[in-house]
Amino acid sequence: MAQPSPSLRTARARVKGLGASGHGAGHWWQQRVTAALNIPLMIGFIVIIAMMAGRPYPEAVALVSHPLAALVLIGGVLSVTLHMRIGMQVVIEDYVHDKGLKFAALFANTTYAVAVAVACLYAILRVSLARLV
Amino acid sequence: MAPTARPTVTAPLSPHLQVYRWTWTMAMSVFHRITGTALYGGTALVAIWLVALAAGPAAYGWVAGFFGSVFGKLVLFAYTWVLLHHMLGGLRHFIWDVGHGFDRERRMWLARGTLIGSVILTVLIWALALVIR
Repeated sequence: MAQPSPSLRTARARVKGLGASGHGAGHWWQQRVTAALNIPLMIGFIVIIAMMAGRPYPEAVALVSHPLAALVLIGGVLSVTLHMRIGMQVVIEDYVHDKGLKFAALFANTTYAVAVAVACLYAILRVSLARLV
Repeated sequence: MAPTARPTVTAPLSPHLQVYRWTWTMAMSVFHRITGTALYGGTALVAIWLVALAAGPAAYGWVAGFFGSVFGKLVLFAYTWVLLHHMLGGLRHFIWDVGHGFDRERRMWLARGTLIGSVILTVLIWALALVIR
């Protein structure tokens, strides 16, 4: 009979309880919080899109530059890009097993999420702040 | 300690998804991932649309022309459905997160409700949008 091997985990690691990934349940919670926020924000997004469809350019600009629409869009972009980054990370970790490929996929995932967020936020701010000038 | 030879495993390994008969709950679980992945790609469309709005009337006219076309409307219709399906799937997960809906009747009802509810809501939203216009 082999003796049970002593744990290599330090007492501090046990107390912190963050597991092998070092994140603990942080991502799980973030995914829930952003999911809940996404519901009202995406309903607002659908309403804005439906109102904009078929409108000429000046009206579309006026709509997006309305403070309420801009705030809903900014909130939506932040919540959605966070949510989708975590979601895709889980998918990658489930299906991509090669270490190098996984690293590349996770890197691409973060890059894509940040790129979408930055592009959307820049556009919303440019359109809505131009109204003040 | 002397190294011991690994025993050859002759028993069948644990089977994967393909050996199971498809069920509603399984299909909707897979579909939640597929819709999430589709929405992940779809955010690029949102970014293109917003950046075009910020870029000026010419760029916006091009993008609005695409979304106003038959193909563009089809994309938007599919987008609406995928978004609502993922949203209802997320609500289903919230119900499970608080410990409800695990018995056979309710989980079947929730799985079917996700699909049927998303189709009904999509048609309702588009009908409403077209009536108001």
